[in-house]
Amino acid sequence: MSTSAQIRDVTFTVPERWYRLERQSLIAGVAGAILCIIAAIVSPEHFLRGYLVAYMDWLALTLGSLAIICLIHVTTAQWGFAVRRILEAAARNISLLTLLFIPIAVGMTRLYPWAHPGADRDFLTHLQRPYLNPGMWILRAVLYFATWNISAWALSRWSWLQDSPPDHAYRRRFQNFAAAAIVMWGWTMTFASVDWMMSLDNHWRSTIYGFYVMAGQGLSGFAFVIIAAVLLWRYRPISEYLTITHLHDMGKLMFAFLILWAYQAFSQGLIYWAANLKDEVNWYVNRTTGGWWWVGIAIILLHFFVPFFLLLSQDLKRDTGKLIVLAAWMLVMRWVDLYWLIIPNFPDTKGHFTISWSALAATIGIGGLWIYAFLVNLKAHPLVPRHDPMIYRVIEAQEHGH
Amino acid sequence: MRELPIWGLMAEFTSAADLAIATRRAREAGYRRMDAYSPFGIEAVTEELGFHRTKVPLVCLIGGIFGGLAGFFLQYWIHVLNYPQNIGGRPLNSWVAFIVVTFECTILGASVSALLGMLALNGLPQPYHPVFNVPRFAFASKDRFFLAIQAEDPKFDIHDTFRFLEGLGARDVQEIPN
Repeated sequence: MSTSAQIRDVTFTVPERWYRLERQSLIAGVAGAILCIIAAIVSPEHFLRGYLVAYMDWLALTLGSLAIICLIHVTTAQWGFAVRRILEAAARNISLLTLLFIPIAVGMTRLYPWAHPGADRDFLTHLQRPYLNPGMWILRAVLYFATWNISAWALSRWSWLQDSPPDHAYRRRFQNFAAAAIVMWGWTMTFASVDWMMSLDNHWRSTIYGFYVMAGQGLSGFAFVIIAAVLLWRYRPISEYLTITHLHDMGKLMFAFLILWAYQAFSQGLIYWAANLKDEVNWYVNRTTGGWWWVGIAIILLHFFVPFFLLLSQDLKRDTGKLIVLAAWMLVMRWVDLYWLIIPNFPDTKGHFTISWSALAATIGIGGLWIYAFLVNLKAHPLVPRHDPMIYRVIEAQEHGH
Repeated sequence: MRELPIWGLMAEFTSAADLAIATRRAREAGYRRMDAYSPFGIEAVTEELGFHRTKVPLVCLIGGIFGGLAGFFLQYWIHVLNYPQNIGGRPLNSWVAFIVVTFECTILGASVSALLGMLALNGLPQPYHPVFNVPRFAFASKDRFFLAIQAEDPKFDIHDTFRFLEGLGARDVQEIPN
């Protein structure tokens, strides 16, 4: 069969079964939003902390997806061909998350110690004023969201323009733009992680923090795309173009990001452990005492060691049933890691483990809306960029039994 | 073992797809003692040739674990047993600080054992191999694809195998002198 015949034969729409999932996720999103509103009325302070955990968790999937699209374009990776539209639909959710950032911006004075009224009495906060002040913080947030929205929409839009009329001329443009976008992600996310997470304790600083958060985002992105790809693999057209070798490759990259994340986390810990300075080490004391110890141990064992040894196995990475479970597990542990990073920053939770119900409610709420918007995005365009020149390499590789 | 007059027969193909098809046909025809040569790896061909899992990953894993343990206990032995010193009031068994060297030794152990394990299991270095007696074999590292069937193969018959290889669409079939 000739290549063009194979391209024409398949349908490119989202399977109808997924329409039910769309309604369910919208219901979950609305229910979560109502719970969030109740939580915000009962205790705005506690709600905002939980909301921030949920927000950073879903932001990680979105920006992780954006970074993976850039990676695919820069390296012209074959494994990325069949999943690119999935990633584009996820990355465009950055527009939803731009809106969902409003509660954090509005609640800034309740969430961040440097934004509290009278925070200037603290000398260090006073010195940090040129950077950590509400106006600059908002301005920077606007710049981050502008960068991410432009990146996600530009890469998506050119991807659609490839479809009709068929145009092969986008490869160079994709490659150049993606190279710039991945660097911009590094810049903006480094500052964003300082602004939104690290400044929750503005007496503590870590230069590796941004990279640590970004390694986690890459991990979330790969875990997400593996789940979505395996679920869509039962249907055309993904089943036509996605091969087990592609999934194996994505499993390897998830493994790589898991190791990268652990490397950052450990490097940061080692430096503060070795220096053992009172100002710096308190951050770890807050997270390793009063019940948080067990969360930390759980992260070391269940976020790193268990998945690490499982992912060493080639058989596991080529077994879609097992790989999808492990990817889902990684997303759960990403949430736990963000919870451990964010929640023990506050006076009543430092060194005192607490369950934040609003974090769970907000995770369901944002998650429901996120999945709903993802499915709406996914439906709007063909599932595979069928006129991308990469299709010939993918088909050729299949014919040779890859 | 009796000395065979030739080592085998070598068929030359112009494309990877032809080589993959030829390898499958040869396998279906019952040939087992054969090998394929190409400028790059072709997964379909490796599968047809029946390349099974190698033991290199296992050797590598064991080497890595051994390297890690050795790295850790080297430091433990120095800092706790052999020459204990109080450094800034930290515990003698400062395992956090030991991790860096442990990690590096894990990689050293894994990579050295992977290299040596690979050489031990695939029989390299091998200074002489009969396939190089065919002058055109030099193209195997450029743009040609070769399938060699050894004379040792029970199904091998110089005339039948020659015709069989020719029938696969080979550009050329040559004898491989011993």
